[in-house]
Amino acid sequence: MNKPLKLGGENRFHVVKRAELPFKQTALLYILAIVLALVAGGIFILCIGHNPFSFYATLISGCFRSKLAFVALIKIIMPLLLTTLGVAVAFKMKFWNIGAEGQFIMGAICATYFALYWGDMPHFLLVIVMMLAGFVGGGIWGLIPAYFKCRFDTNETLLTLMLNYIALYIVQYLRDGPWRDPAAGGFLKIAKHPESAWLDKLFGIDITWVICIILVVIMFIYLSYTKQGYEIAVVGDSHNTARYAGMNVKGIILRTMFISAAVCGLAGMLQVTGDATSHTLTMGIASGVGFTAIIVAWLAKLNPFGILLVSTFFGILDKGSGVAESTFGLSSSVADVLQGIILFFILGLDFFIRYKIVISKSEHEETKEAAK
Amino acid sequence: MNTIINFLFAAIKAGTPLLLGTTGEIITEKSGSLNLGVEGLMYMGAFAGFYAGYKTNSVIIAVIASMLMAMFGALIFAFLTVTLQANQNVTGLTLTIFGSGLSIFFGQQMINNEGGKPSMSVDFMAKLAEEPLPLLGDIPVVGKILFSHNPLVYLAVVIAILAWIYIRFTRAGLNMRAVGENAAAADASGINVNRVKYMNILLGGGVCGIGGAYIAIINSYGGWDNGCINGQGWISVALVIFASWSPAKAILGSLVFGAFSAFQIRANEFASAFPALSFLAEIPSAIYVMLPFLLTAIILIFTSIRGKREGAQPANCGINYYREER
Amino acid sequence: MQQNKTEFAIELKGITKTFGSVVANHNIDLSVKQGEILALLGENGSGKTTLMNMLSGIYRPDSGSIYVNGKEVFINSPEDAKKLGIGMIHQHFKLVDVLSAADNIYIGSKKEGFFLSGKRFDKITELCEKTGLEIDPHKPVYSMSVSEKQTVEIIKVLYYGANILILDEPTAVLTPQETQKLFSIMRNMKEAGCAIIIITHKLNEVLEISDRVTILRKGESVATVKTAETTAKELTELMVGHSVELSIDRPEPDRGEVLLTVTHLSIANDDNVDVIKDISFELYEGEILGVAGVAGSGQKELCEAITGLQKIRQGSILYKKENIEGKSPRDIIKLGIAMSFIPEDRLGMGLAASMNITDNMLLKSYRDSSTPFVDRKSAAEVAERIVKDLEIATPGINIPVRRLSGGNVQKVLLGREIESAPKVLITAYAVRGLDINSSYTIYDNINIQKKKGVGVLFIGEDLDVMLELCDRIMVLCHGEITGIVDAKNVTKEQLGLLMTAAVKEGEAHE
Repeated sequence: MNKPLKLGGENRFHVVKRAELPFKQTALLYILAIVLALVAGGIFILCIGHNPFSFYATLISGCFRSKLAFVALIKIIMPLLLTTLGVAVAFKMKFWNIGAEGQFIMGAICATYFALYWGDMPHFLLVIVMMLAGFVGGGIWGLIPAYFKCRFDTNETLLTLMLNYIALYIVQYLRDGPWRDPAAGGFLKIAKHPESAWLDKLFGIDITWVICIILVVIMFIYLSYTKQGYEIAVVGDSHNTARYAGMNVKGIILRTMFISAAVCGLAGMLQVTGDATSHTLTMGIASGVGFTAIIVAWLAKLNPFGILLVSTFFGILDKGSGVAESTFGLSSSVADVLQGIILFFILGLDFFIRYKIVISKSEHEETKEAAK
Repeated sequence: MNTIINFLFAAIKAGTPLLLGTTGEIITEKSGSLNLGVEGLMYMGAFAGFYAGYKTNSVIIAVIASMLMAMFGALIFAFLTVTLQANQNVTGLTLTIFGSGLSIFFGQQMINNEGGKPSMSVDFMAKLAEEPLPLLGDIPVVGKILFSHNPLVYLAVVIAILAWIYIRFTRAGLNMRAVGENAAAADASGINVNRVKYMNILLGGGVCGIGGAYIAIINSYGGWDNGCINGQGWISVALVIFASWSPAKAILGSLVFGAFSAFQIRANEFASAFPALSFLAEIPSAIYVMLPFLLTAIILIFTSIRGKREGAQPANCGINYYREER
Repeated sequence: MQQNKTEFAIELKGITKTFGSVVANHNIDLSVKQGEILALLGENGSGKTTLMNMLSGIYRPDSGSIYVNGKEVFINSPEDAKKLGIGMIHQHFKLVDVLSAADNIYIGSKKEGFFLSGKRFDKITELCEKTGLEIDPHKPVYSMSVSEKQTVEIIKVLYYGANILILDEPTAVLTPQETQKLFSIMRNMKEAGCAIIIITHKLNEVLEISDRVTILRKGESVATVKTAETTAKELTELMVGHSVELSIDRPEPDRGEVLLTVTHLSIANDDNVDVIKDISFELYEGEILGVAGVAGSGQKELCEAITGLQKIRQGSILYKKENIEGKSPRDIIKLGIAMSFIPEDRLGMGLAASMNITDNMLLKSYRDSSTPFVDRKSAAEVAERIVKDLEIATPGINIPVRRLSGGNVQKVLLGREIESAPKVLITAYAVRGLDINSSYTIYDNINIQKKKGVGVLFIGEDLDVMLELCDRIMVLCHGEITGIVDAKNVTKEQLGLLMTAAVKEGEAHE
């Protein structure tokens, strides 16, 4: 080797993992992330020729200006919140269930079966049966990838992803064939649920919101204080340790995935028979809520109360920018772009919570400093 | 006979954007990144490719623009997941939301500005006409099925073959496979893991972008359609598994998946040409749409049952690498 | 690089490295001459690997400077290290499982052209012939044995012409024969002018192979001595810091009834090959039965079978006349069989790394509460007690165990197992990676259990320790028992012979 060695000299910047950051600083960093994200979103709005301040003001007021707007906001939050709670259970076990979309749809399908064919049951009984159907239907759809994961170590991320689309096209199949509403004429659709299957309302909103609040609390207790929650955490940490502790790892995976998927299925049932969808099963029943739930679960660090907070934030963004879009005469999907930008910022800022950048000093600098 | 020729021809045509999306995602995944933002990248490529072609009338500029735009999306993904260690699933899904939103937003602005849905010029579309190739196109049957396509189809196949050669037979490909399988080992061997990841995420993203442009220009016959990608990015993700992470197999796989979508439209034609196959027309179209996902799920399960190490997902795919992890 | 030879191949000056609040290396100086083998000696956790990882570019020093061949360098990445001719063979091999031996060697090569040539396999074969190493270049790494993998790592380093070689505990996974072979390769390389650093904590190997020894203790460099001018005793003292009472306490066993009866036991692994072949033995109350053997002789499978984690193919295991075959791990825990099994990866089994000490105390007892909720209050009390009794160094019981040092992690594990008041205690490599003081704490605790009448199965690797601690020693070789001997009447050499199956039991005593 005759060439002189070329090394890049000293790279001064160096990334180091942080010890746990105090809560206060963590919170501060998150607030900073959100502010920066809003600034970046504002720049985007500025770029397309609008005043970001009035845009954001419209966005907020669009959610709270009237009871109607507020109800619409709650309707957006509810399915997202429930689905995220479901997803979070599986994520706690490090089971990457990205099949919430499909489980949501299966819950809706199973519930719809009872609404369409057993609609003459007493209202109360019917709703209970439909809830059970949604719960079990979603749960079973989640058991499929869990079973193959346990038995053959099949990649759950990819399999749950595929199952989403299979569920979606089952809806199409039912819509075009067996469940096609003859009353709709040439139009392909599934019949509206009979009135006996509609959810009751409390303060003008489907009782779903009560279920949401109850489930947030239950989920918090379940994950943090129960034996099953403890098992989920151990399995999430290490399968070997769980086995060693005498846990039935496969059983826990199956049980937990069932619960995770069942909650998503319940969310689907409540959505399809609720007000937001006009009590009808359509191809757009989930429209991406299962995917957004993954993002929400991650942002909330799987904490049920955090999930409540983050899904509310997402709801405001979604509903508010819809209002702002029409006020400013923008095309739709500004909400998506804005959501994307904000998420990118929060994803990026998370790095600074977990790591810090150290600028190293070389030795002579240190001696120089010492000499001063 | 003609029915079959037309059918296979249509299958190839429909499979081409999937082939591009899949090849792009294979390059990304082989280097250890699971980018679930393919749908978003294809959307970004679709708008950029369409708009550039519409404004310049140049196919080459359209293709390059679609690549660059999707590479910008891929750059966001790379920066967040490689440099800032963000969760890949979440980042990919966000990229899908962002990319499709951005493309649809600009697409709508374009419609507003042009006062209606814009269409490519006749001149532009003539450059992408389905002309038989000299000599090869004259071969009976095969010439019509394989060698009478628009130039982008050949481009896609060439890209897939190049990607296959790159991954299997070059040193750079060996290095990227090492990064995708075991980043710590690659790092200890003196490979710049971050550089390899960045380059392959960008490269893969660019290829996905061309797939988007293909859909925007060819599938919608030169007219802009806001929702043009319509899940084909997700089918591409499925096809990666179907092709067991090999671009060569992806060529065949895209033909199979293309055939399903071609079949939806041509089932009746088939049934009348071959009375024995009339039951095909009876199968609801939902089944044909579902089949790619169903087959992929089955293949995924079967490969895991077989448990072979080769032809499975790269071991470190989806996992970020931080050198000083203890 | 040969032309500008300086006396030192490597000099480290004032190297400091911290991880969070833990100081791994503090102001360390170290030098290696050309054509010299330097042993880096120190207990686990003394900072040897961390220091070497700064040479190989995995870590970066917080301060201090590195000189290679007389020039100051900044090693920002393994790439830089490679350019400088530094090659490191890590304790946990850095190989890509699905790739062949040859491809693993070619990863990251800079000079081989654009395409992968088919000749690469021949080149490796050639190099093997030249160096006397043996490997099939087409064989994928996942189907290789541990020593084959190490060979690939060595060939890889040689292939790139590294002239500064770092080996991190290379003999831990090798049989004595394989170790000798490795040493002869190292001597050849030394002859060729390479500078070699070998990390180890085995004194006999230090004395056998090295020219000089640098001893680290608690992250600081204590001394550097010439091997020829030192003794094992001096090295131990330097390593430990103060003179250690070498004898381990061995109370007279008060043998009670038989606790475990293993008869004609065979265990098959995933590939349906028997890894334990037709073995029979008994474990009594109040004794320590040692299990000796080269790593991978079936110890792991035996432990796992007794605790219900592994299926038995043939034979039986009786616990006080009750057959435990087919019982779930949970039922076996209820019987009072506790295992503090410490595999190579301490946190992989036995502890949940991301959980705090309190939650780890709950691991086996969480079901005991009568409600659906876990009882964290009493677990916290247990945690406090164990931290105090075993002198676990931790800022508190709410610290995730992942953040504790290796020795403290092990104490948490053993502490919990003893807390459960077991009838049978299985410890595998209980002191692996512990400093001498911690090791003695562990021995004392094991002896306390023995005096209580607990039957202890002690799977060990250090024969000296086993000879002093155990009452009887059972030797495993390739899954068979080659002898069960009285620890008082056997020599280390005899055990070594049994471990390699050079002789059968009867002959060893003659």
